[in-house]
Amino acid sequence: MRLLRYIAKRLLHLIPVLLGVTALVFVISHAIPGDPARMMAGQKASREAVENLRRSMGLDRPLHEQYLRYMWGLLHGDLGRSVRSQRPVAEDLKDFFPATLELTLASMSLCLVVGLPLGILSAVRRNRPVDHASRVFSVCGVSMPVFWLGLMLLLLFYRNLQWLPGSGRLDVGLDPPASVTGLYLVDALLEGNGPVFFNALSHIILPAFCLSYVYLAVITRIVRSSMIAVMEQDYVTTARANGLAEAVVILKHCLKNSLIPTVTIAGLSVGELLGGAILTETIFDWPGMGKYVVDSVNFLDFPAIMGFTLVVSLSYVFINLTVDVIYAFLNPQIRY
Amino acid sequence: MPSSTPRSGIDPMEWWRRFQEEHAWQLREFVFTLGLLRRNPSAVAGSCIIAAMVFLALAAPWIAPHDPIRISLSERLSSPSWHHLFGTDELGRDIFSRVLFGARISLRIGLLVVGIAGGLGTVLGAVAGYVGGKLDDAIMRCLDIVLSFPSLVLAMALAAALGPSLRNAIMAVAFVMIPKFARLVRGEALAVREKPFIAAAKVSGAGHGWIILHHVIPNCLSSVIVLGTLVVGETILIASSLSFIGLGAQPPTPEWGAMISVGRKFLMDQWWYATFPGCFILVTVIGFNIFGDALRDVLDPRIRR
Repeated sequence: MRLLRYIAKRLLHLIPVLLGVTALVFVISHAIPGDPARMMAGQKASREAVENLRRSMGLDRPLHEQYLRYMWGLLHGDLGRSVRSQRPVAEDLKDFFPATLELTLASMSLCLVVGLPLGILSAVRRNRPVDHASRVFSVCGVSMPVFWLGLMLLLLFYRNLQWLPGSGRLDVGLDPPASVTGLYLVDALLEGNGPVFFNALSHIILPAFCLSYVYLAVITRIVRSSMIAVMEQDYVTTARANGLAEAVVILKHCLKNSLIPTVTIAGLSVGELLGGAILTETIFDWPGMGKYVVDSVNFLDFPAIMGFTLVVSLSYVFINLTVDVIYAFLNPQIRY
Repeated sequence: MPSSTPRSGIDPMEWWRRFQEEHAWQLREFVFTLGLLRRNPSAVAGSCIIAAMVFLALAAPWIAPHDPIRISLSERLSSPSWHHLFGTDELGRDIFSRVLFGARISLRIGLLVVGIAGGLGTVLGAVAGYVGGKLDDAIMRCLDIVLSFPSLVLAMALAAALGPSLRNAIMAVAFVMIPKFARLVRGEALAVREKPFIAAAKVSGAGHGWIILHHVIPNCLSSVIVLGTLVVGETILIASSLSFIGLGAQPPTPEWGAMISVGRKFLMDQWWYATFPGCFILVTVIGFNIFGDALRDVLDPRIRR
């Protein structure tokens, strides 16, 4: 019951944030550029076309009226029309969304599957070679230019070793599985299609690793430091004194309590993963929203860039809300 | 004319002696911090990397073996050799020289962004924390909105709206970084506001602006410096990412991200093109990150030893 009230309260808090985010995107798209109509029409459009667009989009109206029109459109799922594809931006993004979701989820799982054990290991073997190695690993992670890491992975695993494919979600000859979730890995499993599943898996390994590396580093450090803080507490000494096996002490008594800061960081990372996807998808030709937006940047397709910005930021806001709720659920001490 | 102050016209030695007397406590603290830093291996490693990069950037015109923008088509895409240490690009320009000149651009971006964002963020945070109430709420809610965007995404949208150029990219990244400084300084200002010396200053008739400038901000400076060091690393990463997707420095400029962006087209056959500029980004950012972390440890009173 208290949890429900907390969720309701958080949802109320969401309203000003959503208004603020949409307002900032509105300011960026309507107020900053010298001539939004020229931006939206594209550089090559004729003068009449720009004038027509200005009138049809209401850009000749006062700014507050434009804002209301913009919000009205947003409420109806209208993100404008892409200059490049001549389709509604919302439709475009809907097509590219599943690929980005699949990549982000795969990276997130990789972060947890590798980051958690590595963090625990370096906390348990503090100041030993494993810990030093994991420290170097994470310092490199937070300092790594993602796009360069992607290129280096391509050089090594695609060009030199030829172990893994370098672009796309599937080999060219293969048909994608019937779309249920839009995630190829899940769809192929549902269809029971082994070859497609393994092909999709081999395609996702490099981009997922590239995208996750930065957050892998962050999560490893957080797990390590919160594990160390927990391991120094008295109740851990008591557990040991009671003769519990070391594995039980570490995994049951320490890990559970050190997960709380990890969940927060993991939630924040998902949003940053969406940003990193811009670069990763470009490098690996991954047909998701990130590659879509970079192609739009190169085409100066302004409505598409703004639509992407809005969708990604709103997802970020909702992910953080979910994390806060999980956090309240995990930690009974939290103030409601 | 106001009567001339006793300080005007004193010689530098005299000024230095007075400065030492007036700031004896701060100077002792500074020397102590330097001593701690010298015994911290990460701090030494980080500052060596930063110093090396600053040296390369400053000395680039003298130590670069070739002109970074001179085109020499007969030497295009030649692999690394003694003549061209990092090879050449598709126009025969020497990549080693371009990377050296790139250090000037990246460090300048880092300094400018930290200067702009750190300055504005510190003032906003100090005012919010010191004044409190409605103004505090208004400032912080606005900054929270900026923080609800993933930083690269917001910087990209801003840079796209302003138009692709290095100057606009710097402004976009600076805007994204302001809330980081403001939140930090606000937190510290809230604590400083309650200190007795603030009450003393108020009693002796100091105005709010004067107190913010002379008491609140100086007391937050050490945290701002730590954050600034870490932000330089992050800034270099975001700015080079913007250049990579075509929104920052434009092609003839030897910017690291822009070089990698072009080098990507030649990746499969000319590995050196994209590889070396990226190594320099990585090493520079590592330098700022480990130095910043060490500085934070050394300046943190709770773990200061």
